Amino acid sequence: MDQASLFSLLSFGPDGWGMRFVEGLVVTVEVSVAAYCISLILGLIGAGAKLSNSKVARGIADLYTTLVRALPELLLLLLIYFSGADALKFILSLISEDFEDFEINTFAAAVAALGFIGGAYMTEVMRGAILSIPNSQIEAAKACGMSRFLTLRRVILPQMLRYALPGMGNLWLSATKDSSLISVLGNTQDLLFMGYRASAVTKHYGFFYSVAAILFLAITIISMIVIKMLEARVNRGYR
Amino acid sequence: MDDSLALFIEIVPTLLAAVPVTLVLTFLSAVIGNTLALPVAVGSLSPHIYLRYPSLFYIFVMRGTPLLAQTYLIYYGLGELFPGTWVQQSFLWPYLRDGFWYAIFAFSLNTAGYTGEILRGAILAVPKGEIEAARAYGFSRFLIFWRVTLPRAIQICLPTMTGETILLLKATSLASLITVWEVMGTARQIQKVTFRVYEPLIAAGILYILMVFILTRLMMVVEQSINRHRLASV
Amino acid sequence: MDTTLKVEDLHKKFGAVEVLKGVSLEARTGDVIAMIGSSGSGKSTLLRCINLLETPNSGRVYVNGELIRMKPLQDGTAKPEDIKQVERIRSKLAMVFQSFNLWTHRTILENVIEAPIHVLGLPRKEAIERAEILLAKVGIAEKRNFYPNHLSGGQQQRAAIARALAMEPSVLLFDEPTSALDPELIGEVLQVMRKLAEEGRTMLVVTHEIGFARDVASEIVFLHKGQIEEKGPPREVIGSPKSERLRQFLSATRH
Ligand SMILES: Nc1ncnc2c1ncn2[C@@H]1O[C@H](COP(=O)(O)OP(=O)(O)OP(=O)(O)O)[C@@H](O)[C@H]1O
Ligand SMILES: [Mg+2]
Repeated sequence: MDQASLFSLLSFGPDGWGMRFVEGLVVTVEVSVAAYCISLILGLIGAGAKLSNSKVARGIADLYTTLVRALPELLLLLLIYFSGADALKFILSLISEDFEDFEINTFAAAVAALGFIGGAYMTEVMRGAILSIPNSQIEAAKACGMSRFLTLRRVILPQMLRYALPGMGNLWLSATKDSSLISVLGNTQDLLFMGYRASAVTKHYGFFYSVAAILFLAITIISMIVIKMLEARVNRGYR
Repeated sequence: MDDSLALFIEIVPTLLAAVPVTLVLTFLSAVIGNTLALPVAVGSLSPHIYLRYPSLFYIFVMRGTPLLAQTYLIYYGLGELFPGTWVQQSFLWPYLRDGFWYAIFAFSLNTAGYTGEILRGAILAVPKGEIEAARAYGFSRFLIFWRVTLPRAIQICLPTMTGETILLLKATSLASLITVWEVMGTARQIQKVTFRVYEPLIAAGILYILMVFILTRLMMVVEQSINRHRLASV
Repeated sequence: MDTTLKVEDLHKKFGAVEVLKGVSLEARTGDVIAMIGSSGSGKSTLLRCINLLETPNSGRVYVNGELIRMKPLQDGTAKPEDIKQVERIRSKLAMVFQSFNLWTHRTILENVIEAPIHVLGLPRKEAIERAEILLAKVGIAEKRNFYPNHLSGGQQQRAAIARALAMEPSVLLFDEPTSALDPELIGEVLQVMRKLAEEGRTMLVVTHEIGFARDVASEIVFLHKGQIEEKGPPREVIGSPKSERLRQFLSATRH
């Protein structure tokens, strides 16, 4: 097949895959954003636990980050996906008998799994950022009579951002790429899944996987530009 | 529960048999990828734009797209080229059909991008004075690079490389998606045969943790032997 | 006696700033030339132009009578005509740096044998023999298998001097070899340099140690704003400086 007809496969019309890829792009971004938000929350909790005085909290947080960093993402994804599905089925079966065949929402389980993985790495980023805040800042807050919570909210969190941003940026880039893993779960409609589907149907594997890769690259480029802008913003007044 | 334990005992030998595949995937990809990283890093620092831009672009693409997409692209995209050509008759064909070599190829290219970027940073971090000393003693440009810049750069980026190798070990699990029966692939195969979800995955997970632990230890030994001189003075 | 090193009318610009404005210099075999001058006067730049670590804009450098061939470029700078010649000549001009610049990934012994083996093509065994003699001479034979970072600054600089001597150079170039050292370590390095001078080595030494210059040098050169303001035997230059600037410089450094 010649060049022109290859590209016609990408058209936005009913016979083309163009629209499907755009949808895939949207799904990938949605999954990434949702997973990233979960990882932010887990990261904050994890960092808090790692820096807390409680031995139990520290132990659990250490176990969390060590395990996640030692296990392949794919394995974790499947493990969490299956157990999440089972847990959900179990809960729903308690409520009603009719949910026996309930199809777990793939999207939700995948997002939870990716967020859980990202959270471990985010924990380390946030822990590092908190430790980078000069102690004098925290002492100054104490000296003003701020409560621990107030110190966290008014002094630590705003300053942390500056130190955490480079790491957070990298983790966002990882999140967008890791989101491609969910395509192994089946009918996920994400970008890589579209590549898989389009190439399987048309047999133009090289072409459609390249299209998917280029769209991922586009996400990366835009993300990098935004990260640069955010960093410039956060660093105002420091340079 | 007893049931699970019995299953564990039953599947562990099968999974253990797949460990060498994972290790060979990791080892070969690391060796090939890190070797390829050298020209990539050097190219990315070249004063000639026709070397520098392609190298930087390569690094960017490898780091900017998912490894899984790269793996599929190589496996299916290259696989698409061969059927019906002379290659199918050649003695190479059995290799060219096997997902294993595509996996090695994909992981190596990806590693070359990541390590290339790390090495590039390390080369820039080599103290200027040490390079200048070599220049002042009449070293040729090649000798300076080979005897001073490169060994120093490798030393500088070694700790990062340890982390990268662990990531590579974990990433080899993606080979299971192109029909390579390494640990992850074997675990999924067992899942299908036994209709059990968790036991195979958990057993595989334990094996990965062990491999990561041993690899970390190994890299620590390597690092220490290379970094003897960095210890604080006696 | 033979002229080992000859510099004629050397000019060097960094951008629009002319740092060397026509410097000429001559060292005969066995001469010890001490170069003094205030910070920024161009001393380091002159040394670095001599072994082409910086490319001079114009002027000529002869080593053992051989001219380093340069070709002028359009933009007023120049570049060496033959990099192989430059590398060969550099191997005859061993340089000792202010910050030692030992190769930190190699032991002291490996530092000393590195260039003789790879640049001069000496057999390893011979290079090691030579290195051991030199390390003994600078007084750190027992540190041969240490890495540079395990040594004190004074020991590192002596190792760097051994590394320079291992090239059997025609001229030794020193760029403020004691400036990065703690005061109590300066003496041990100066003592080694003194010994080298007594052996009749040809040396060009940039230094702030006026005492050393006075006692050891056969000639002192005072560089000021990229030009040689005054030169002559130590007794005259230090004892009765002619130029007002040298007088100021000397009184400033002495106290
Ligand atoms: N690579 C360079 N680029 C631009 N300017 C330079 C460079 N190297 C040196 N200069 C300038 O040239 C002038 C002479 O520098 P040089 O290092 O030769 O002085 P010096 O006499 O060795 O001083 P010091 O005693 O501080 O070592 C200085 O003004 C310096 O700023
Ligand atoms: Mg200087």
